[in-house]
Amino acid sequence: MRALPLSRPTRHHGYMSTTEPVVSVRDLRKNYGAFTALNGVSFEIERGETFALLGPNGAGKSTTIEILEGYRNRSGGEARVLGTDPAAGGLAWKARLGIVLQSSGESGAITVREQLSHFASFYPNPRSVDEVIAAVGLESKQKTLIRNLSGGQKRRVDVALGVIGRPELLFLDEPTTGFDPEARHQFWALIRALKSDGTTILLTTHYLDEAAQLSDRAGVISDGRLIGLGAIDEIGGADARVPIVRWLEGGVREERTAEPGTFIASLQSRLGVEVPGLEIIRPSLEDVYLGMVSSAGKVSTRSEVGA
Amino acid sequence: MRTLALGSRRIGYEVRQYFRQGDTVFFTFLFPLVMLTIFATAFSETSFGTDDNGNEVSAASFYLPAMLAAGVLLSGLQNMAVDIAVEKSDGTLKRLGGSPLPVFSYFMGKVGQVLVTGILQAAAILLLAAIVFDAPLPTEPEKWVTFAWVFLLGVVTSAILGIALSGLPRSGKSATAVIIPITLVLQFISGVYLSFTQLPEWLQNIASVFPLKWMAQGMRAVFLPDGYASLEQNGSWDLPGVALVTLLWLVVGLVAARFTFRWIRKDG
Repeated sequence: MRALPLSRPTRHHGYMSTTEPVVSVRDLRKNYGAFTALNGVSFEIERGETFALLGPNGAGKSTTIEILEGYRNRSGGEARVLGTDPAAGGLAWKARLGIVLQSSGESGAITVREQLSHFASFYPNPRSVDEVIAAVGLESKQKTLIRNLSGGQKRRVDVALGVIGRPELLFLDEPTTGFDPEARHQFWALIRALKSDGTTILLTTHYLDEAAQLSDRAGVISDGRLIGLGAIDEIGGADARVPIVRWLEGGVREERTAEPGTFIASLQSRLGVEVPGLEIIRPSLEDVYLGMVSSAGKVSTRSEVGA
Repeated sequence: MRTLALGSRRIGYEVRQYFRQGDTVFFTFLFPLVMLTIFATAFSETSFGTDDNGNEVSAASFYLPAMLAAGVLLSGLQNMAVDIAVEKSDGTLKRLGGSPLPVFSYFMGKVGQVLVTGILQAAAILLLAAIVFDAPLPTEPEKWVTFAWVFLLGVVTSAILGIALSGLPRSGKSATAVIIPITLVLQFISGVYLSFTQLPEWLQNIASVFPLKWMAQGMRAVFLPDGYASLEQNGSWDLPGVALVTLLWLVVGLVAARFTFRWIRKDG
């Protein structure tokens, strides 16, 4: 995959003030009968920001994203996407969005190139079909019928269709499911290029390294509630990021301390030798996330209703 | 303007996909041709009466209008109902619903696909009957005018009814299992496979509620000798009745499609 050429500037929409968030959600609620899928979720996404929505299966991530895409109606609360209520978004509003759905199973008796050219014609200012095909690394498959592609290649077509319309806001619902490690890294390069092009991105993923790599901020949803919200390197609070010192002393021992240097110095003087097996571990986003979700008390075991 | 331009692009896109799908080509496009071949061959020795000049009417001539009517039903109703039900369940509609494609352009593409494939199919049936089975075709221009309006009205009505029925199957997988029995029963009671006059009167009355009986009757008016009109339910071709009932169903279909179609079930 190649980075998209950045020659063309992002469109500016005069009627939106630069300070207004691209996505704004307040006290969002969604009920399916007696089941509460979302129970008061609030967050904002600024222009140009990449925001990751994290959480276990069935926590409400996809319900949230589908409300913002205009696919589902909310039961309560407020939502604004590009200055519009998504439940009432028209064609001009949709033309400013790019949507990569969680799953797609189209039979696809159409080639990659035909499909992209066709979808490009829906939009007022689309990206070049050649550039997008190159950006998702499907040059050699552009004349192949989509139904004959592998799962990972089909997913790349989904991503290509999501960006072909030069969206201001791109929704990516678990975009890299089925990608091999190399394809994921290429995908990350594509997302960084879109980001530097000014695209605002809302991402859900189960790969915490992906969220850490790509996003500026993240929100963590569990059981329909937002249990964490903040910059990627701050989410979960300072306590969750206290480093762990690990060493060997009659087995593996570890200690969480905010002052690992002082602790190691005292450890060294106590043992009198170079500390065996010494490691200092800074909790990754994944460690922080797992800590948050389990301390929220309920790692969800619900079925994937509206996941 | 943009809606119409996108709609015509959709027609090309839909037709291309249609002919790349082997099962639709067989069960929708070639089916009436296969059936005409079977009937014309199997009943080649059977008498279907004589025309006004005393010539024998061959099995191919007798079944030609019936197969044209069947083609209208298959290319329109069956094709659309199954196609859209599958698109609903495989995510095609969801993707389109998230794009700035106008709903009207989508339906223009669908109806256009039905028109293009329906016309090609009718041409293939006529050629097969005339060239392979030596069935005489009418020479009077007014017969062809009748054919043109019966065909166009029928194919559009059939397509719209298919769109309205596409919400019936619960999933794409069950679409053919739900839709094909409906079209099959309609064909049997409407005089497509069985001669309409052989059906009991109560069944004829039931069939008269539905549009296929009238489309088939309109086709018979074009392709069967005028003397055969006396065999019809009212002893005449009743072309005004053909127009009236088909138009009524067109309106019913438009209203039903307008109120039942959704890109996705919003809160399913």
